[in-house]
Amino acid sequence: MTLDIAYFAWVRERMGMAAETVALPAGIATVGDLVRWLAARDARGARAFAEPGRIRAAVDGAMVGADAPIGDAGEVALFPPVTGG
Amino acid sequence: MIRVAVRAEAIDVAAELAAHDAGGHGASASFVGRVRGDGGLTELFLDHHPAMTAAGLTALAEEAARRWTLDASTLIHRVGAMAPGDTIVLVLASSRHRAEALAACEYLIDRLKTDVMLWKRESFADGRVAWVEERGADRARAARWG
Repeated sequence: MTLDIAYFAWVRERMGMAAETVALPAGIATVGDLVRWLAARDARGARAFAEPGRIRAAVDGAMVGADAPIGDAGEVALFPPVTGG
Repeated sequence: MIRVAVRAEAIDVAAELAAHDAGGHGASASFVGRVRGDGGLTELFLDHHPAMTAAGLTALAEEAARRWTLDASTLIHRVGAMAPGDTIVLVLASSRHRAEALAACEYLIDRLKTDVMLWKRESFADGRVAWVEERGADRARAARWG
């Protein structure tokens, strides 16, 4: 299954890209699984996702927790806690 | 009526208030957030999601309209590069009476800070560049609204 992932703020900077399309390996069921897989994939991922507790996520536009299923989502966004206003 | 905008252009507060208040609402409350030049700050950059930031503002305004009797709300957030003194955010809430307008305005800015996809990055005169960290005080203020 392929998945679009979008990165924001310092997650985007550490990943060195704003978005990518990945072929998900079997066994990646939740947002937390995805973050752990990205952290283990390469040095950039290790730096961006060294502290999973500081990562927030949205699946197809809805903010979710780390245990949220990815299912057949079109886009997962990964980002730090928001700081607007 | 709900009006929401996310944009890189400067926010003209007087023009936005005039547009918002065209209906001659009984009571209008406003919040204007500006870039502070503290600590030698030279630029504030706001990152955002091309679709979800505006959707988040709309969802907030809709929730405010469920909680209070509002005649109009306006939420405008600037994104991209800004300088000290620039307006970052404008919140306007109108009702027939002041109590609901004031409460809704406070709710909207409190929850905007914790619920909407926006990220601040600060650049300083000495060359430092840093993404702003989430503030516990902001979380606590937002949590008061349940």
